Amino acid sequence: MKNPFDSLDKMLEHSARLHIVSVLMANESSDFNSIKELLSLTDGSLATHIKALEREKYIMVTKSFVDRKPNTKYKATERGRSAFKKHLEAMEEVIKQQKK
Amino acid sequence: MEQHQTYQKDLESIRKLMERSVKFISLSGLSGILAGIYALIGATIAYYLVHYPASPFDYRIYSIQSGEALIQLSVVATVVLVGSLLTGIWMSARKAKGAGVKIWDATSKRLFINLSIPLMTGGIFVLILLSNGHLELVAFSCLVFYGLALINASDNLYEEVRYLGYSEIVLGLISAAMPGYGLLLWAIGFGVLHIIYGSVMYKRYDS
Repeated sequence: MKNPFDSLDKMLEHSARLHIVSVLMANESSDFNSIKELLSLTDGSLATHIKALEREKYIMVTKSFVDRKPNTKYKATERGRSAFKKHLEAMEEVIKQQKK
Repeated sequence: MEQHQTYQKDLESIRKLMERSVKFISLSGLSGILAGIYALIGATIAYYLVHYPASPFDYRIYSIQSGEALIQLSVVATVVLVGSLLTGIWMSARKAKGAGVKIWDATSKRLFINLSIPLMTGGIFVLILLSNGHLELVAFSCLVFYGLALINASDNLYEEVRYLGYSEIVLGLISAAMPGYGLLLWAIGFGVLHIIYGSVMYKRYDS
């Protein structure tokens, strides 16, 4: 039988990154400050996690200007969405197997 | 702690986080109850203004003729509307403060826009009806546009609001078929239903 631990996503095993992707799964897009407030993270740690997720192409960044102020929005990519779903399924699988 | 317990906790926290990031959870059921009470008081005043001494459950076959009564009714309706909105905003701000969250964030902005579009459309439509003298359709329009606004905004609110929206639309359509019961149906839709749904939400989420 396949070990469900192998299906866990290395990138999403860190809870802050998993939470960032959760917010972007539930919302079409979100901005830096909204995510920061929801997760109560510091600027620095959120920026680091966002960079990591961006490098992995799990989220994408769109930059625009609103009233000449920079407005950065984050969105989950298709790749990020399917990774999130797989990771959650793997977590559920672990729970199921260990409960027996 | 065993691994599966950690994961179970993780899954639970993710579910809550996703809900919190989409839903405006600061809306208090209590403000629904109060809005319902205001509406019932308003409907009672309206009844004494135009309907009395006929029974409130009688079918009205005549419409309001005097401009004065119309202005008095509009004032009552405006006071009920503004009072309900202020109560809702005030109580949500209080609940948000208690929970340590901001009331004006991305979610409440989206909620505001989703509510406003059908409500403004309905409000302008009611003003046009009033100025053209189509008074028999006012109760219908209030109920139906309000119901549509609730359904449009229900993604950002608790689930019960969607059912409140459906109920308002059904009442609105009944009042289109039977305009003589307009005031009674208005009182049920904005008074009784708000109190019922407000109590359910208060019991589920506030206590």
